[in-house]
Amino acid sequence: MNEERKKSNFPIKGFKEGILITLGDGDWEEVQCQLLSQIDEKIKFFNGAKVAIEIGERVLHAAEMAKLRDTLFDREVKLFAVLSTSQVTDVNAESMGLETRKSVLKENPAGFESAALDGESAILLQKTIRSGTSIKYTGHVIVDGDVNPGGEILTTGSIFIWGKLRGSVHAGMEGSESEVICAMELDPINLRIANISIKNNKLLRKLKRKPVRIRIDNGKLTIDYFDNRK
Amino acid sequence: MAAKIVTITSGKGGVGKTTATANISVALAQLGQKVVCIDSDIGLRNLDVVLGLENRIVYDLVDVIEGRCRIRQAMIKDKRFGGMYLIPAAQTRDKSAISPSDMIKLCNEIREDVDWILIDSPAGIERGFKNAIAPAEEVLVITNPDVSAVRDADRIIGIIESEEKGPAKLIINRLNSEMIRRGEMLDAEDVLELLAVKLIGIVPEDEKVLRSTNIGKPVVTHEKSIAGQAFRNIARRMLGDDIPLIDLDSKDGIFHRISKIFNTVGE
Repeated sequence: MNEERKKSNFPIKGFKEGILITLGDGDWEEVQCQLLSQIDEKIKFFNGAKVAIEIGERVLHAAEMAKLRDTLFDREVKLFAVLSTSQVTDVNAESMGLETRKSVLKENPAGFESAALDGESAILLQKTIRSGTSIKYTGHVIVDGDVNPGGEILTTGSIFIWGKLRGSVHAGMEGSESEVICAMELDPINLRIANISIKNNKLLRKLKRKPVRIRIDNGKLTIDYFDNRK
Repeated sequence: MAAKIVTITSGKGGVGKTTATANISVALAQLGQKVVCIDSDIGLRNLDVVLGLENRIVYDLVDVIEGRCRIRQAMIKDKRFGGMYLIPAAQTRDKSAISPSDMIKLCNEIREDVDWILIDSPAGIERGFKNAIAPAEEVLVITNPDVSAVRDADRIIGIIESEEKGPAKLIINRLNSEMIRRGEMLDAEDVLELLAVKLIGIVPEDEKVLRSTNIGKPVVTHEKSIAGQAFRNIARRMLGDDIPLIDLDSKDGIFHRISKIFNTVGE
């Protein structure tokens, strides 16, 4: 006796970069199963396609995303983006090299609801940002850990590192010159606030290995050591 | 008793993954363990050469996965070292020939019968690397004490952590204490301070390694090789023995300091 197939077709939308599938709520394993059977039903359509999934508030861990990506890979479907309203999910997706709402929205402003962030927001990352990791954020970024060479943080707000900043950072990405960059030890590869960068090597060589804040004062990058505050 | 599945990787090419996989496998076999080592570097196979087994290849990893032979037929028994087997890579295909789930399936089929499955990963962070770490329960990262190898190792460790195969363990390979003394090479402390993972061994630079690779006789079989000794120690640490680091230079104190880090970063 055949079980009646659950009518669980998730809405599909095509856009410039690929196919957007809006997944439902509920147990992740079940949702995945439904997604896979939906794809299997129309395998010819999905073969070779790039797929983005919209998961709303759901929090997905990197391993869950990896598993889904690999499972889809076996079907020759490429998972390239995870769209969500959860910042934790966004950070996890970015660490997996997956795109998120921000980057997809940029390319397709007409196709989706805009996710406007009112007021100031900040994200706390309690880990070391390793080489190859790029954190892009609208707001302030606080890191409890180091930023290793090859790691980067790009944000519209300020950057606070409770650790060693040895990678690349850009605060005030959209032009805000009031943003600051603070670190316990600063030995960066690249450092910018708004449109001003440490191109001048003298500034870098002068940096001592102790807690410091970099800000813009009179159009120039200024170093304030913590133990030298007025 | 199911096997422990360990993948050996690095990010950067040429730092010593294959040499390490070969030598650790042999060292474990010499300690009575049953080991299968798998070369997952499809298209650029080397593990067979380093082990001196290239003339015995009939079937390879891709043959198994594509169903042209049974797993046993591709497993080359190394008669020199008790319970050691090699599954070689294919030379005439490339990394797209197999997938992460293929590797997981293959390891599941042999894991009940052996103590260790060691997988030699290709360089890079793409498909070949992903295939190699898919079945891993533990990942060993090899690096050389130089800025660019360490940069790549950091990246790889980050990927391993985000794929939840972490935390990785580190082997620092080709350490040259003479160059460190002259300030021409990073010391192990510098490397560990950046990578922040547990150290499982330091393998000193040793001329005998190149010769061994060329003749297909792994350097762990040489009593007098310092690198061989280091690999034997790594194997023993993997079996749970607490072996102190080789004291290469007691005057300098570098290794004395490192032993302290090693012990504090330990379990």
